[in-house]
Amino acid sequence: MSWAGPDNFPSTSLADNLDSSCLATTEKLLVVLRDGRKLIGVLRSFDQFANLVLQNASERIIVGDLFCDLPLGLYIIRGENVVLLGELDPLKEELPLSMVRVKAAEIKQAQKAEQDATELKGTMRKRMEFLDLD
Amino acid sequence: MLFFSYFKELVGKEVTVELKNDLAITGILHSVDQYLNIKLENTRVVDETKYPHMLSVKNCFIRGSVVRYVQLPPDGVDVEILHDATRREARGS
Repeated sequence: MSWAGPDNFPSTSLADNLDSSCLATTEKLLVVLRDGRKLIGVLRSFDQFANLVLQNASERIIVGDLFCDLPLGLYIIRGENVVLLGELDPLKEELPLSMVRVKAAEIKQAQKAEQDATELKGTMRKRMEFLDLD
Repeated sequence: MLFFSYFKELVGKEVTVELKNDLAITGILHSVDQYLNIKLENTRVVDETKYPHMLSVKNCFIRGSVVRYVQLPPDGVDVEILHDATRREARGS
């Protein structure tokens, strides 16, 4: 075992995830961002900061048991916002079977309802703070 | 470079990576680079119900800057070697 400088080892390059467009099946990747957003698309380029170019990107919004893919187009993601990059296994279900795909309008409504609920919870907690609950 | 070298010794072992967003992923350490970016294979998320979008992710790349902890196998370190390497690194040689 050596603790000296770098020697031969498999690099952590994202090159394996680059998708050659001549392949019939395009491999989709899931990118999770720091703000919790989930993008799906085909990786076309990257660099040492994990800046990414995603083709045919779409945002997957999940609220409870509902989900929706909003098409976005060609995206460049600044590396600092990237949390992880996952290969979507084409042989596995992308989401649990219990989840339902809905229209964009519906998911936006559900998203807003969820946001309002968390906001309400926050204000309630603030008002109750004097009670020193924990 | 010490931690980079250390992680390289752990390639092939099963580790659990906990991220700053509280997502914890277990998998076989495939590779690591100078930024401590990590590639995991055969991954599973510790709390799967909370992260349904990770269900079909089997291999992933994790950006080093978002990692909070890496949980290692108990036999993941040879203390003697690590001590030696640490002293050498501290001396700057």
